[in-house]
Amino acid sequence: MEPLLKVENLRIELTTRDGIAPVIDNLSLELNAGESLSFVGESGCGKSMTALGIMGLLPDKIGRIASGSIIFNGEDLTKASDARLREIRGNDISMIFQEPMTSLNPVYTIGEQIAEVLRRHQNLSASAAWSKAIDLLDAVRIPNPKARVSDYPHQMSGGQRQRVMIAIALACEPKILIADEPTTALDVTVQAQIFDLLRDLGRETGTAIILITHDMGAVAEMADRMIVMYAGRKAEEGPVEQIIDHPRHPYTKGLISCVPHLMATLTDERPELTEVGGIVPGLKEFGRDACLFASRCDRVDDKCLSARPPEMAFDNQQFAACWHAKEV
Amino acid sequence: MSDNASDPTLLNVENLTVRFAVKRGGGWGQRSYLYAVDDISFTVRRGETLAIVGESGSGKTTAALAVARLVEAYEGCVEIGGTDFLNLQNEELRQARAKVQFIFQDPYSSLNPRLRAEAIVREPLDSLNSVPPAERQAIVDRLFREVGLRPEQQRLFPHQFSGGQRQRIGIARALSTQPDLIICDEPVSALDVAVQAQILNLLRKLQTNFGLTYLFISHDLGVVQHMCDSIAVMYMGRIVEYADRLSLFNNPLHPYTAALLSAVPSVDRKRREQTKRILIPGDPPDPINPPKGCRFANRCPVAQNTCRESQPPLREITGGHQVACHLVGDDGVSPMKELATEEA
Amino acid sequence: MSSDTMNKPASPPEEVVKARHPAAEAWEMFRRNHAAMAALIVLSIITLVAIFGPIFWPADPFEMVWAPFSPPGEEGYVLGTDYLGRDLLIMLIHGARVSIVIGLAAAFVSIVIGVTVGALAGFYRGWVEEVLMRFTEFFQVLPTLLFSMVIVALFGASLPMITFAIGVVSWTAVARITRAEFMRIRELEFVMASRASGTKNLRLIFGVILPNALPPIIVQAALMVGSAILFEAGLSFLGLTDPNVVSWGQIIGSNRQYILDASYTVTIPGVAIFVTVLAISLVGDGLNDALNPKLRQR
Repeated sequence: MEPLLKVENLRIELTTRDGIAPVIDNLSLELNAGESLSFVGESGCGKSMTALGIMGLLPDKIGRIASGSIIFNGEDLTKASDARLREIRGNDISMIFQEPMTSLNPVYTIGEQIAEVLRRHQNLSASAAWSKAIDLLDAVRIPNPKARVSDYPHQMSGGQRQRVMIAIALACEPKILIADEPTTALDVTVQAQIFDLLRDLGRETGTAIILITHDMGAVAEMADRMIVMYAGRKAEEGPVEQIIDHPRHPYTKGLISCVPHLMATLTDERPELTEVGGIVPGLKEFGRDACLFASRCDRVDDKCLSARPPEMAFDNQQFAACWHAKEV
Repeated sequence: MSDNASDPTLLNVENLTVRFAVKRGGGWGQRSYLYAVDDISFTVRRGETLAIVGESGSGKTTAALAVARLVEAYEGCVEIGGTDFLNLQNEELRQARAKVQFIFQDPYSSLNPRLRAEAIVREPLDSLNSVPPAERQAIVDRLFREVGLRPEQQRLFPHQFSGGQRQRIGIARALSTQPDLIICDEPVSALDVAVQAQILNLLRKLQTNFGLTYLFISHDLGVVQHMCDSIAVMYMGRIVEYADRLSLFNNPLHPYTAALLSAVPSVDRKRREQTKRILIPGDPPDPINPPKGCRFANRCPVAQNTCRESQPPLREITGGHQVACHLVGDDGVSPMKELATEEA
Repeated sequence: MSSDTMNKPASPPEEVVKARHPAAEAWEMFRRNHAAMAALIVLSIITLVAIFGPIFWPADPFEMVWAPFSPPGEEGYVLGTDYLGRDLLIMLIHGARVSIVIGLAAAFVSIVIGVTVGALAGFYRGWVEEVLMRFTEFFQVLPTLLFSMVIVALFGASLPMITFAIGVVSWTAVARITRAEFMRIRELEFVMASRASGTKNLRLIFGVILPNALPPIIVQAALMVGSAILFEAGLSFLGLTDPNVVSWGQIIGSNRQYILDASYTVTIPGVAIFVTVLAISLVGDGLNDALNPKLRQR
């Protein structure tokens, strides 16, 4: 079966003061209907840039898709017109962001903001849009939606605002929902509520979810498959459980073991955390034909410094772009 | 102060309360108060780490700021190494500040952008004037080595460092006055995960090397579990549970603690299978008009009428494990246990 | 950027990062702004003329040198003569000095008052803030032109008094900006850190917070020089000026009756004011971009 979204050899270039940098370099991925995929990595690894590329929301004049294709439902989004992209955004692919405080317009009630989307994309009448807005608030589990629909954003807590954002994103029953660090600004008990909601909505509506996060724990809870990004390139891809059990890329391994996770039972032992030394390479390094993780890797050898590692495939659908993947 | 060095308790906080005046609609000049920290007590032993955990609005940072007298306490007592810290005035207070230092959350706003790294680390020495100026450079050199920065980086300005390096500068600054107590306010939550490990390891290394005492403020229970010897859980200005590390994580008694722990996503499959997620619906009540009973009652899955009527005091259950919940039995059984078994 | 730890022998040799002062970066940013750079050059030329012009052309600007109302170019008087037959070029050169000095001095007066009031209000908050801000509001609601006219009329139209009058009516904006910056910066963690290490209040205000609050104040100061020049011109036009000193506004004021017959006598100093004020505000705009850390990041 044809995947819902198929990204092939995508290259996104960003114009910086020091020249042009490929912030996404030869990325390919597939997303099936109803699936939940996660992009993981540190800040600046390109996980958000990929999402913006898919949405056609790259920063004007600075960012552009240099090559590759993004096939959604058989249509290449890299060749679509601005008008067509606008139609797809909101209708077929929608996105929620990290900051629920600033993504809502403070001078309109939340009902008006949800109804506005419905009227624009689905040509509903004002009253039909309003009653659907109430239904949506109910669907994202905001208590007493009939009364809350005329609230202004400042009258809601951070968690509720993120629910409203989800309601807006789901208003047109999109096929893909991209969630960019949706819970980073929220408390952990609220994060649990939001994750729960996203999981249930995904199951009920069949919406595929792309979760962008830096938190391996969140990936483990939320996603079926994950893509670990590093310096604009795919470091590793595969089923979540498999990768957590046996990461094949040293960077993935570092990402998992450098965080003090809560385990089933706590003991008195507290070993030192594994450090991933060094920092992410600067944009100047991005195009180089070498493994960009080499400067932080303890398995580094001449090959890593002289040639970009290809994606090594494993039997369990795991892929790792590392010359030493078999040994890790 | 030196005659108290044998006392194992370094920090003793009793009945600390911090309130802020808030203007509310209504009469002109009418004031209500928000009790950000409401009657909390705890102690930290020398060389150990106490964590205060809680979500936003729990008052954990305000409590830390009040301990360091960066926010004025309304009531209560803070004793550091036997000195009554809250009653010091002017010059005495200024000198005593050397004993309590702060490591901040945001590595971007915690360093003065107009000063070179060396000047930032030296600032406390210059302010306190307790070390002759000629010796200060040697101290700065040593601190830079200690936190893993290179000597030539002393001349750089904050914006030329990465987030992790800035946090190292902040740590060096906190160490410069040889403090007894270091308060770490979310020291790694603004950093990338790979860098977090470096800073956490550094903090632990420094603790072993210099016998430092930390008061560790965090919302990240994974980090807290790794760094701390005992933990106080705060909810809406009050401590709801206070216990050593193993008791708290392996046997949480308060329903809020249990929910908090269960909400943390984990990579450990065993933990995910064992822990039933306890969802607590809704939001905390209005902090300006808190309910008269238990402040968690409106979200608590096992709340009963008593919970809504009277505020549960913090009481000791077993071996130092304290909890503020009407429903925890004297035998130390969490009311959540029943919930988990009922549904299973 | 350099690497975070040194425990990786395999990493490439450390890049040597030169210590760059934030001011150097701001200059770098400013230089990219072509309009602001052009304005800065124009402004420098005007300033040089104001400083050195009277030395090279030491003639008395009030001396009658030729027939009144000779248009520009006649008899070697490049800009012509005014209604009293005085050389407009010489008047313009000498007037530049006065206009710019008044602009700078008045801006300085309002910065000193505004920063002091704003800093104290923003740092101490509470009743100090209440009192100081009510005081500021009192000055804000005064009609500025009338108030400065009253000052000049009461205390005489000497240069220092005119400067003072302009400064006194225009400091409120500085006070508001400074207060807002102080309120923001005093809550930043590096200020907390300074307090935690026992820094005294006076040093906190002037040594720690003020340097970080300067960027918007500098921009405001630049714009204020321009508006002070305009203000002086306005007062001169109304005749409230020191009759013994020539300034651009005064040239316009004294020739205003002849605006229809000899329009150049008013146009030429008018253009001088226009160019100067425009240059100042372009420089101010450039400073705004260069000093704004949000625009500079990344």
